[in-house]
Amino acid sequence: MNLREKKIVSLFAVFAGLFGITPTAYAMHIMEGYLPPKYCIAWGVICLPFLAAGYFAIKKQAAQNRKSMTLLAMAGAFVFVLSSLKIPSVTGSCSHMTGTGLAAILFGPFAVSILGIIVLIFQATLLAHGGLTTLGANTFSMAIAGPILSYGIYILCKKLKVNNNAGIFLAASIGDLFTYCITSFELALAYPSANGGVVVSALKFLGVFAPTQVPLAIIEGILTVIIVIGLETYAKSELIGIGYMDGGVK
Amino acid sequence: MSKSKKTVFILSLIALLIAVLPLFMLKGAEFGGSDDAGSKVVAEITGTDYKPWVEPVMNRLIGGELPGEVESLLFCVQTGIGVGVVFFFLGRFVERSKWEKETGKKLG
Repeated sequence: MNLREKKIVSLFAVFAGLFGITPTAYAMHIMEGYLPPKYCIAWGVICLPFLAAGYFAIKKQAAQNRKSMTLLAMAGAFVFVLSSLKIPSVTGSCSHMTGTGLAAILFGPFAVSILGIIVLIFQATLLAHGGLTTLGANTFSMAIAGPILSYGIYILCKKLKVNNNAGIFLAASIGDLFTYCITSFELALAYPSANGGVVVSALKFLGVFAPTQVPLAIIEGILTVIIVIGLETYAKSELIGIGYMDGGVK
Repeated sequence: MSKSKKTVFILSLIALLIAVLPLFMLKGAEFGGSDDAGSKVVAEITGTDYKPWVEPVMNRLIGGELPGEVESLLFCVQTGIGVGVVFFFLGRFVERSKWEKETGKKLG
């Protein structure tokens, strides 16, 4: 942190002290306490079937092919890394990536939910980033909706015989952007605009998030392509094991 | 340099540029979190300053906001765990391919 940033942080701290609130100034996830309780519960419940599907997908993978667990660990670690890097963007604010595209491409749309929720719990408890009450909503946007779209795009690109790397790039970056769209939608549902309702409100949130996120989504796409190239070069047998090389995930 | 090595190199360069350029292009920008902007929109829509109904666990435990330096430490720990796991396994894969090439045997 430089002096200027320190000044900003202390300024916020003073404000927080004055008003008795703690603004959390980090990017991406919906902050603790920012969703009314009924929405917290609803999003949590919606996540449950996906989490169960994810758990069973991982269990099946572990039973069938123990060696694939190394790749799963790497995919999880990739989420850890990418979601911890806050990157400056063209709009003058910072945000971070999701890293969930890789796991979606390698392990299908559901296994990521488990990896994602681990990261989200880590950040909510230790970093005051995101929150435990908003865990359901954040899990849904980052670890469920984004990856499902990533997976869909990846499979579609395969079907259309798009270049493999281009497919991975598109899947990862659009999945990252979609995560933000869902986050905007979740916030808009809880805070519909007085004139115009949910849609107007969603567009407003999206207007704040999207410009910041576009360059980051591009970086996420690039990094995912790089790691897949690395895996294709050195971990071919593992990739064959999970069915990646046959053009689709089992 | 092999073809994939070249691709990786060029892609890394592009990613790095996208990440770093805004810092130089927008001199004096605040680079705060976009969540903060999000809460401003919440305030704008509801017409009042929104007061979160729960505080983050950590803030409750230490009775205040997490100090900036400690927060960046914890973010580093997160990055470190991730990078450690990814490159531990990648390193093993690299050595394995090398060994397989040298001995002509397959580890599978």
